[in-house]
Amino acid sequence: METVKEKAITKMNLQKKKDKKNGFWKIFLSQKTLYMMSLPFVAWVFVFNYLPVWGWTMAFQNFRPGRSFFEQEWVGLDHFIALFTDERFFMALRNTLAMSFLGLIVGFTIPILFAVLLNEVRHSLFKRTVQTITYLPHFVSWVVVAGIVTKMLSIDGGIVNDLLMKFSFIDKPFQFMAQGTWFWGIVTVSDIWKEMGWNAIIFLAAIAGLDPQLYEAAKVDGAGRLRRIWHVTLPGIRPTILVVLILNIGHLVSIGFEKQMLLGNSLVVDYSEVLDLYALNYGIGLGQFSYGTAIGIFNSVVSITLLFLANGIFKRYSNQSVM
Amino acid sequence: MASKRAMIKLTKKDRMFDILNYSFLTIIMIVTLYPFLNVLVISLNDSTDTIRGGIYIWPREFTLNNYLEIMKYDNLVTGFVNSVLRTVIGTVLGVFAQAMIAFTLSRADFQGRKFISTFLVLTMYFSGGLIPGYMLIRDLGMMNSFWVYILPGLVSAFNIIIIRSFMDGLPFSLQESAKMDGANDFTIFYRIILPLCKPVLATIALFVAVGQWNSWFDTYLYNSLNENLTTLQYELMKILDNTSMGGNVNANQMRPNAEQQANMVSPESIKMAITMVTVIPIMLVYPFVQRFFIQGMTLGAVKQ
Repeated sequence: METVKEKAITKMNLQKKKDKKNGFWKIFLSQKTLYMMSLPFVAWVFVFNYLPVWGWTMAFQNFRPGRSFFEQEWVGLDHFIALFTDERFFMALRNTLAMSFLGLIVGFTIPILFAVLLNEVRHSLFKRTVQTITYLPHFVSWVVVAGIVTKMLSIDGGIVNDLLMKFSFIDKPFQFMAQGTWFWGIVTVSDIWKEMGWNAIIFLAAIAGLDPQLYEAAKVDGAGRLRRIWHVTLPGIRPTILVVLILNIGHLVSIGFEKQMLLGNSLVVDYSEVLDLYALNYGIGLGQFSYGTAIGIFNSVVSITLLFLANGIFKRYSNQSVM
Repeated sequence: MASKRAMIKLTKKDRMFDILNYSFLTIIMIVTLYPFLNVLVISLNDSTDTIRGGIYIWPREFTLNNYLEIMKYDNLVTGFVNSVLRTVIGTVLGVFAQAMIAFTLSRADFQGRKFISTFLVLTMYFSGGLIPGYMLIRDLGMMNSFWVYILPGLVSAFNIIIIRSFMDGLPFSLQESAKMDGANDFTIFYRIILPLCKPVLATIALFVAVGQWNSWFDTYLYNSLNENLTTLQYELMKILDNTSMGGNVNANQMRPNAEQQANMVSPESIKMAITMVTVIPIMLVYPFVQRFFIQGMTLGAVKQ
């Protein structure tokens, strides 16, 4: 299949070279349908994805809505200086990093473990049932998940408290949702509950692609189940693991704010406020658009730096690159 | 492979591993399913009786009244209709647009291919961020309009890549012969490529539809003052979130109105009934599309 495709492409390239003499516009005209099918969307992407980047200029102004670009007052780095001297900013940064690192460590290793264990299941019906069920929460909104988590952890009738009391681990219901220090953990565990099965798909696919002969050979050499997992499965999916790890690192800081916003409450705000929420509250809630934008820029710069860093490290240890 | 393995006699250690593994996975299934089951039974239980607590896997006083009750909430009905509308319109337009772009990018002879694909892929690595995005929507006059649900998220580079890699696998001779019969590129796309792409399009349609159905933040940000444009998830968020929004008070948007006040005292069973209404449509659809999206994800894994 691949060779047929390649042949077609080389053919196309030859054709292209021939056409080059006829010039860009001639091909443009002959391909006008293709252009008509894609250019409107290029314009569309420009408006919705590229124009907002222009909005970054707001961070260097005292932006007032309704004025034109040239009538804005330019203030240089004032907003960034204000940002770096604000205590709440560092709190938000701490929370963001804490939750993203927790999410990275747990949310990355558990799906691998799950995929490996699932792969050891031989009954295909059981396997499929586990898969169908564990994928389900991925399709449910965070609004629903936050509602469910709150319900499960609630002090009246929440199953977690009821079970803990039944087995006498605690005497009276524990207020999970009111403990600042518990918030990071609750977010991480909720995330695992929601995404574990889904995130395992990619690893399952990678495991399925491994050569069965490797397992046979290991078995002949006398390797047990655990040793086969350790010496065959895990090394076999290492490239996939690395790619997913790098992609996750790239998204470290941009963890979003949905979970934090929906699971958080006024009692745990010191632990639940992440950079995006901070930007949202200041930028839109209080109408400080310039300050909010400065937070957003900081967020992006850190994300991109982390991505390049991770990619650089990755390149050093393997010959692949994700970018 | 599976049958070969089964032929070799299992050792004691292997059996032990199996027992532990199966129990572990069973526990995971229970932990995943139980919260949904609990929500379901509470929604089916008499709402005054629910307050007594202790309802776990079976309703104590079975009733459908909670579901009848929530049909009386005007906002919920509007929200439901809007959620269905945005899901249907957003999915149809989104999948069609993304497939069309993917088609032009899959054509090796298309001279705009490289530029357009770079232009799209770049959007995966950066964005203007929350505030500039908000200002843009405001300046475009899309606040308080239904289109804010459809237009900003119409084209996703990631989806286009997935569709395109599927199209790359189709034989090009199909297009050539159609061209010889005098079909233009759009006809080729619409009549030949689209029908062949059904599996991948079903996957993408599911992703887009779920995203649309589950979305609440755009309502919160842009349409929270317009009761006619509310969505189901947003209404559920307001109802479930009677206490937790305190830390993130949004001066403009979180003004509690009379109805929100009423929501704050909604009994547990009613809340759970509303939760079920937002979950059921997905539960009904997704098992049917499951095999498609596993294919899709696998493809993505290979292409990475």
